[in-house]
Amino acid sequence: MSLRAVVIGASAGGVQALSQILPGLPAGFPAPVMVVVHIPPRKDNALVELFARKCRLEVKEAEDKEPLVPGTIYFAPPDYHLLVETAGSLALSSDETVNHSRPAIDVLFETAADAFGNALAAVVLTGANQDGARGLRAVCEAGGSAFVQDPATAEVGTMPEAALAACPAARMMALDEIGCALQAMMPR
Amino acid sequence: MGESIEDIEIQLLLDAVYRHYHYDFRHYARASIKRRLLQARTQWGYDSISEMQSAVLHDETILPRLLNFLTVQVSEMFRDPSYFQALREKVVPHLRTYPSLKVWVAGCSHGEELYSLAILFAEEGLAERTIFYATDINPNALKAAQAGVYPLDRIRLFTENHRLSGGHGSLSDHYTANYDRAVFDKSLRERTVFSDHSLVTDAAFGEMHLISCRNVLIYFDRELQDRVVGLFGESLARGGFLGIGSKESLRFSAHADLFSEFVREEKIYRRRSR
Ligand SMILES: C[S@@+](CC[C@H](N)C(=O)[O-])C[C@H]1O[C@@H](n2cnc3c(N)ncnc32)[C@H](O)[C@@H]1O
Repeated sequence: MSLRAVVIGASAGGVQALSQILPGLPAGFPAPVMVVVHIPPRKDNALVELFARKCRLEVKEAEDKEPLVPGTIYFAPPDYHLLVETAGSLALSSDETVNHSRPAIDVLFETAADAFGNALAAVVLTGANQDGARGLRAVCEAGGSAFVQDPATAEVGTMPEAALAACPAARMMALDEIGCALQAMMPR
Repeated sequence: MGESIEDIEIQLLLDAVYRHYHYDFRHYARASIKRRLLQARTQWGYDSISEMQSAVLHDETILPRLLNFLTVQVSEMFRDPSYFQALREKVVPHLRTYPSLKVWVAGCSHGEELYSLAILFAEEGLAERTIFYATDINPNALKAAQAGVYPLDRIRLFTENHRLSGGHGSLSDHYTANYDRAVFDKSLRERTVFSDHSLVTDAAFGEMHLISCRNVLIYFDRELQDRVVGLFGESLARGGFLGIGSKESLRFSAHADLFSEFVREEKIYRRRSR
């Protein structure tokens, strides 16, 4: 299986957790990485700036109908859902909140599973709600690879616990192991 | 990956809705449409999209309910306050120079954007010389827009947005609270024409001075966005203004050169005069 895309969802404590994964991705990483972090609806996207400084890959806010480019990290803008179209481009929407969140992890994961099938890797990190559980199950059902942060090591364990319960096939790992697992999926 | 059966069924359903009811969702952004159709299927208990298609074709009472899934009615008054502030501070001074004004709120949903503009125009003393056109394809939405009644628990957010947008006075000057609902003043819509109009299948409107169409283009694919941007170009008077949603852009449109950026951060454009 060759990896075509990575999706990551994080909530409470997510910035810390992402800081242990995203900066480790090497230049030339062969897939686009799409990230949903639950953040309050504000206009500016501080996450992009923060991670642009730390990462070797290009980091940007996802734009509507933008074609995905490998080796780029896309953050969902505040107050919009981030979706993947089957032709491999991004879409934004202002649909109703899902799991009280917009952006919602489930929306990204379900549409990405649809677009990439078994060529997708999905990661659920720390958080205090259940968003991402349904989405991760959709990723597993489509044959993709699922990784979940070990709830014991998460700042808040609720979200990874829910993801593991919904998707027993997911692999539970510490943060540094998740980074390694993603890199191990790179073709050499 | 080949096309899944579900994707084929969705295409067929959208074709059927277009051919029988003339609502054209074929070029809407597919991932969102698919999510919403699958929600409708689950909620209504159909085993497949094909089964739902058959029901939609044979029972026309289903269509209005399906439209509530196919269109998204999420809105707020003075949503993105800085957009309305920019209209107030940068666009209104130009509008003042015209003796009469035409404003089109395209995709008006339940009227939140329309009342925001009507209030802004009233506060700026432009209401008397303005005719508003409020259009949508969803009949339930148009009915709600015409009524101008919102649950009181939404008013807190609307009030805060209005204040942040630089509103004069208080939002409460414009509605009466009635139990758990806020009823907006009739005077705000006295000069509004509500009509069923589709940006996809209907023709241009004439000589607008301002078109506000926010968070509608985002639901369309690039090809359809392009058509609609062309329609706006045709509908605007020379020097007229176009405001779109904060995550929408004219950049990729073949008609982009009809417009110049007027307030870039707020996605407010101006129709070039030649
Ligand atoms: C997300 S709401 C946006 C409401 C408001 N403009 C705002 O920004 O808050 C999208 C609206 O566009 C309407 N719409 C969808 N397709 C349309 C079309 N082809 N022509 C006109 N309106 C359409 C929907 O019915 C819905 O009311």
